[in-house]
Amino acid sequence: MGEDSLVEVANLHRRYGDVHAVQGLNFQLRRGEVLGFLGPNGAGKTTTMQMICGVLAPSEGAVRIGGVDLFESPIEAKRQLGYLPEQPPLYREFTVDEYLRYCAHLHGLRKQDATTAMGEAKERCGLQSSGARLIGNLSKGYQQRVGIAQAILHRPAVVVLDEPTVGLDPIQIREIRELMGELGDDHGVILSTHILPEVQAVCDRVQILHEGRLVLDEDLAQLSKNQQPRSTRVSFRRPPSRTALTGVAGVKRVESLDGDALRLHHAPDESLAERIVSASVAGDWGLYELVPESRSLEEIFVELTLGEADGNREAGS
Amino acid sequence: MNVVTIAVRELRSLFVSPLPWAVLAITQAFVAYAFLVKLELFLQLKPHLPGLPGAPGLTAIVVAPALKAAGMVMLLAAPLVTMRLISEERRNATLSLLLSAPISMTDIVLGKFLGVMGFFCVVVLVILITPLSLLAGGNLDVGLLASGALGLLLLMASFAAIGLFMSTLTAHPPVAAISTFGVLLLLWNMDWAGTGAAEGVRPFFSYVAATSHFNALLQGVVDSADLIYSLLIVAVFLLLAIRRLDNMRLGH
Repeated sequence: MGEDSLVEVANLHRRYGDVHAVQGLNFQLRRGEVLGFLGPNGAGKTTTMQMICGVLAPSEGAVRIGGVDLFESPIEAKRQLGYLPEQPPLYREFTVDEYLRYCAHLHGLRKQDATTAMGEAKERCGLQSSGARLIGNLSKGYQQRVGIAQAILHRPAVVVLDEPTVGLDPIQIREIRELMGELGDDHGVILSTHILPEVQAVCDRVQILHEGRLVLDEDLAQLSKNQQPRSTRVSFRRPPSRTALTGVAGVKRVESLDGDALRLHHAPDESLAERIVSASVAGDWGLYELVPESRSLEEIFVELTLGEADGNREAGS
Repeated sequence: MNVVTIAVRELRSLFVSPLPWAVLAITQAFVAYAFLVKLELFLQLKPHLPGLPGAPGLTAIVVAPALKAAGMVMLLAAPLVTMRLISEERRNATLSLLLSAPISMTDIVLGKFLGVMGFFCVVVLVILITPLSLLAGGNLDVGLLASGALGLLLLMASFAAIGLFMSTLTAHPPVAAISTFGVLLLLWNMDWAGTGAAEGVRPFFSYVAATSHFNALLQGVVDSADLIYSLLIVAVFLLLAIRRLDNMRLGH
């Protein structure tokens, strides 16, 4: 295993009675990587995260944090972990400072170290002026920030965030995403979300979980390469014949859509736009719309988690 | 160190709620009532006492019943104090903070136990103020008072350990409270079972009952068996609580 792998998950299983919630997960998290967990409700995201953080024991399999086995030496392994559960673990009757100091003590930070760490975490989460406020009186968004501050307080190597942007307003979401990007520079981050653009905005790698299995594990760079347009949608005032269209270099297939629109299929690494435009001008077809179509992450997600059959056909083509 | 951190947080959370203040006030009122009733009795008996050989003193007549009354109030109050210990952390999903932190289950359980014991020490100290007021005008047997206070503290330690274990069993604090109360009541009245039974069984039940050990200490008899009885109860229930927390992660 690579030295840089912060989290190694091997053959992880979890059963709740008859329900097999997580079925044999294998993956690694490298240093400086932000890994996005994507999946519909009940896919096993939270269960997996709980197992990585030692809150839940797996039915089978192993988790290693920074090379330390979580079940053989849990205390040493957990030193390198920061965890924000789905519901932030806050004591409402405490002020932000009291709470963060308690968390710092739990992680073995004392006096001056604790104060320094609290200052840093509050600054990163935009809580500088909220230190003396009661957590119970904070808005949902600020409570979420306190939860995140708690997770990054002791500068852990691995930060696990379960739906960190739930309940935040758009500006806060942007700030938190920036924060996650920053964290990804020197920590390893695992975050779960339903929000697809979030994955595209902050993650280096995406994993899609479905019914307890990993159905996709890909670098985002690789993914966007695969997402290059494979078709172009065009509309003409005076549509030419199909043969004229297939005559344009690069067009593989022509498909009729609603109204006047046509879809021209082509190879993923080609662009038709220029040739279509010049052909249209030459033939006076009256081109008024031209849209390169790419497969969004959303489509991949829906395809992988909904239509198994569709997914197979797509994979075969 | 982790144990202290958890204990301090527990105490702090407790004291920002109104519950401990109510417990302190009601215990104090009830102990004062028992104290005054017994003081009145002592004043009536006082002229006759010097003639009796081996007559009970002021402390035996007044202080022991007052401390016993305090024990009875704690029978009711302890479950209310201990019910939240683990169950509320489960309910508010704050338990995962402890479970994902680099601390052991033993740290968590001991911390919680010490936190509650911190509060119970305050309760005992406040209760002791009333009997100590006798020092102003009477002859107080300090040794007897100390033994009684020790008895009360040991009793409350067993209550705390039982309550802590019950609190690990459910995410609903009231359920933890009523279950703890049931167990404590049974322990308190265990010697009932002996009353009609055969000679051989009777000492067993009276030995298992918490009251017999508490009474011995209230009478000033400090027997190591009575101390070990309480410590054993504490150890057993704390171990059960640790096991239970460990198993909770396997859960479902």
